[in-house]
Amino acid sequence: MDLYEYQGKELLRHYGLETLPGVVAGTPEEARRAAETLGGTVAIKAQVLTGGRGKAGGIKVVSSPGEAEEAAGRILGMDIRGHTVRRVYVEGGAEIDREFYLSITVDRSAKQPLILFSTEGGVDIEEVAETKPEAIVRLHVDPLVGLLPYQVREIVFAAGLEGAAAKGVGRTLTHLYEAFKDLDASLVEINPLVVTKDGRVLTLDAKVTVDNSSLYRHQEIAALHDVEAADPQEQRALEVGLQYVKLDGNVGILGNGAGLVMSTLDVVAQAGGEPANFCDVGGGADAEQISTALDIVTSNEQVQSVLFNIFGGITRGDEVARGLLTAIERTGITLPIVVRLDGTNAEEGRRILAENTPENVVTEETMLDAARRAVELARDGGR
Amino acid sequence: MAILVDNETRLLVQGITGREGAFHTQRMKESGTNVVAGVTPGKGGQEYEGVPVFNTVEQATNETGANASVIFVPPPFAADAIFESLDAGMSTVCCITEGIPVHDMMRVTDYLRIKEATLIGPNCPGVLSPEKANVSIMPRDIFAPGNVGVVSRSGTLTYQIVNELTQRGIGQSTAVGIGGDPIIGTDFIEILSKFEADPETECAVMIGEIGGNAEQLAAEYVRSEMQTPVVAYIAGFTAPEGKTMGHAGAIVSGGESTAEAKSEALRAAGIRAATNPSEVAELVAEALGESS
Repeated sequence: MDLYEYQGKELLRHYGLETLPGVVAGTPEEARRAAETLGGTVAIKAQVLTGGRGKAGGIKVVSSPGEAEEAAGRILGMDIRGHTVRRVYVEGGAEIDREFYLSITVDRSAKQPLILFSTEGGVDIEEVAETKPEAIVRLHVDPLVGLLPYQVREIVFAAGLEGAAAKGVGRTLTHLYEAFKDLDASLVEINPLVVTKDGRVLTLDAKVTVDNSSLYRHQEIAALHDVEAADPQEQRALEVGLQYVKLDGNVGILGNGAGLVMSTLDVVAQAGGEPANFCDVGGGADAEQISTALDIVTSNEQVQSVLFNIFGGITRGDEVARGLLTAIERTGITLPIVVRLDGTNAEEGRRILAENTPENVVTEETMLDAARRAVELARDGGR
Repeated sequence: MAILVDNETRLLVQGITGREGAFHTQRMKESGTNVVAGVTPGKGGQEYEGVPVFNTVEQATNETGANASVIFVPPPFAADAIFESLDAGMSTVCCITEGIPVHDMMRVTDYLRIKEATLIGPNCPGVLSPEKANVSIMPRDIFAPGNVGVVSRSGTLTYQIVNELTQRGIGQSTAVGIGGDPIIGTDFIEILSKFEADPETECAVMIGEIGGNAEQLAAEYVRSEMQTPVVAYIAGFTAPEGKTMGHAGAIVSGGESTAEAKSEALRAAGIRAATNPSEVAELVAEALGESS
């Protein structure tokens, strides 16, 4: 789960990271009042769950409340990489001396947290990695031991820091690791981390991603989930433990397991069709979830046919068949549905379907045949 | 022969009295697996399907000589269950549970470095050696004994491909689902090296996904270390660009993680790379034909 800058900063402040004073605003008028309260030069920053807002014009530095109102008016409602800006963060200014990059992420291959520190702050880290790789210091942390003081010194010295700046950056890193661990984060990124002319070390931007699997033990973070920003169907799927993604074609896809669903998308494309969306019911889906999944997939107006591809392991074919029948009965779906059922209890599932086959349901033996059939039916116009 | 689990496997089921644990214990037994014990804290002394249930893994191991465990414990308690199995001296631990926090798994895999055990998963379908042992949730009917080793990041896609192989008359030595989580106990390379060392395995199938760079690393290993022919399939050619883990994540994975890029890397390493599951079976038949 990605957090907005202002949310991330609030969490990081609890761990002792220093930020500038700021206020969240949802209207230009609120931004104006925030600028009045903060006084002096302020930054108006778009709050979106994506990168590249600076380049897209989502950040403006202004010197009066009137300008703040005007800038907020321009930024609010802006579209940044498909995300609508609904809030801005009005933040006080600072006299910056030096800028750095600092992040901690999960290194999948090393299976350990990885600290990245760069003396080139405020620019894309990918760009630095390409053009000036020597500016990046990398360090793995043993999760059972934790971040050790000597490792903090290694980073600080490698970055060529001295005196108060070295101490301040070192302290920030120690606090950031605590936050990373405590919050079950998969990413904490500060870009830039700045040292001000009066020697303070400030978190100027914060990107915090919390591991979804850990949200059960972070109720306060789970509550931050922005329902308004999510696609309503994706939101509904999420609430019942399904994964739904909207695409642009006309074949609705319902399957179990990320790999099989991805492969189904590929096969539909190879059969000359285009997926409209897909819903992964995951492992162990029951009749109720299958029913909700079908409802979500068909609620998309573009869908002309549905490809229902289940290979049961922990998911049981009989449950799937019952769910499908319940869903058709409950929603009165008349769209053509191509079913391909294999694996655990598939025989019983096929028997249940054969005994009660609704008119719009056809079954196919193989995944390729099912994909071809679904593409044909979609082309003929299912609705 | 087979890898990881075989006729010598004495299996312990953690979470044996839960919904999934109970259902799959029955199925594993029906496949002829020697299920010697179950563990559910607080239910020690009971029996399930003729299998004695214990309160702790250590007790169960002492009494039954279990040497492998399979875990069906809910996510908040699953990492603890893995630690318990490792401390009781299991040689193979297979964790089916989906949704274990990443930080829990980083601690587990860290601890694993000082243990002699192999951890498969989490978030995986398990390990199955046809007609020898079934330590998995995989539907056993689709398998046939043979000499193709299968290793996969995905559960259901594995079934799909195993099914295609069996229908072509190609059997399997062992199928291993290594799991789809960011942090897993055992990677492609470790399983491929076991297939390479297994005299019975004449061809290996690697089933990957988009994201990360595990497939590229495996490709390099195959090129430099393996004699056994390898067939690969990466799902997700048409998958939409997903949410990235921010800039740092992209750097860690080191470049491109699309199905296209991965398939190219595989082909460059001399691996036959399929574009759909049916083609995998064709390429395996071709590889077996050449090597015999």
